[in-house]
Amino acid sequence: MTTAHPNTQSIVDAVAIATENLASTNLDDYGMLNILTSTNHLIGLVQNLKDNHGFIYLTDLCGSHYPERIGAEFEVVYHLHNLVENHRVRIRVHLPENNLSIPTLVNLYSGANWMERETFDFYGIQFEGHPNLKRILNMDEMDYHPLRKQYALEDETRDDKNNTFFGR
Amino acid sequence: MVKIGEAPEGIEGQGFFATSLDKAIGLARANSLWPLPFATSCCGIEFMATMGANYDLARFGSERLAFTPRQTDLLMVMGTIAKKMGPVLKQVYDQMAEPKWVLSVGACACSGGIFDTYSVLQGIDRIIPVDVYVPGCPPRPEQIIEGLMKIQELAKNESLRRRNSDEYKKMLESYNIETAE
Repeated sequence: MTTAHPNTQSIVDAVAIATENLASTNLDDYGMLNILTSTNHLIGLVQNLKDNHGFIYLTDLCGSHYPERIGAEFEVVYHLHNLVENHRVRIRVHLPENNLSIPTLVNLYSGANWMERETFDFYGIQFEGHPNLKRILNMDEMDYHPLRKQYALEDETRDDKNNTFFGR
Repeated sequence: MVKIGEAPEGIEGQGFFATSLDKAIGLARANSLWPLPFATSCCGIEFMATMGANYDLARFGSERLAFTPRQTDLLMVMGTIAKKMGPVLKQVYDQMAEPKWVLSVGACACSGGIFDTYSVLQGIDRIIPVDVYVPGCPPRPEQIIEGLMKIQELAKNESLRRRNSDEYKKMLESYNIETAE
């Protein structure tokens, strides 16, 4: 069942203006507005949503990796919340593996600081303009970005586990 | 009368009791172990029950917990140790004065447990030497007490020369732990 928030249409219109119609919008199964945009339009779009549509809260910011999606292997997902009207939107930006760079949102939401560091830590996505882009959760000596799909989840230093029995 | 420890073998007569220094010191050490609880997860909760009135670790002379490594002689590691936590744990061990013992409580501290993953240390014995392992996920307080009693046995029967032996120094060096001269 799709139950769109009353203001969804005005946001769709605002997205169209802010992105010169280059972003696509759709509602997911739960009535949440999805916006797929590009790195060029991200800041303008988020600024517009924050200033003119009451999305003053950045709920979450994360990355994901789809190795099979050639040319858009990585993705950064932003969840914004309008606390007054209790309205949420999801913004996604695709990134190609050879250019993992996206502008930072720290100037708009201070809370983006650590979330962007986390996304950098696990996926190696570069947030341009971030004041302190370094690892936050993993140990500083780690030399890879562990949530990329090419790396095994398991600890690779173990030699006492038989792959047949442990599903490794 | 509360009896804390069995008297060691010795020669007893009217008004005196003679035994070896090893045994007297071992008896004192074993019944006054000061633990440093390094509790990071659910095994730490079981340890809290172990410390509580029902199980009462104080019966073994170990009621004096301290979070300062310089005053303690039993490091109790209870819970998952992330690789990022490893250097901290090693530093705590380094700061403890000899003689010191290490009790590894629970599957995670012993082997990484279910967390066979890039961020978790696969057993604390990769960075510090362990004296007694307590299995379980998490172990019940009775098992933790059993582990402590095994440590007591080690402390009681340890030769006073052991910590100065070449074998012991080699063991520490194999963990890249500096030995004081």
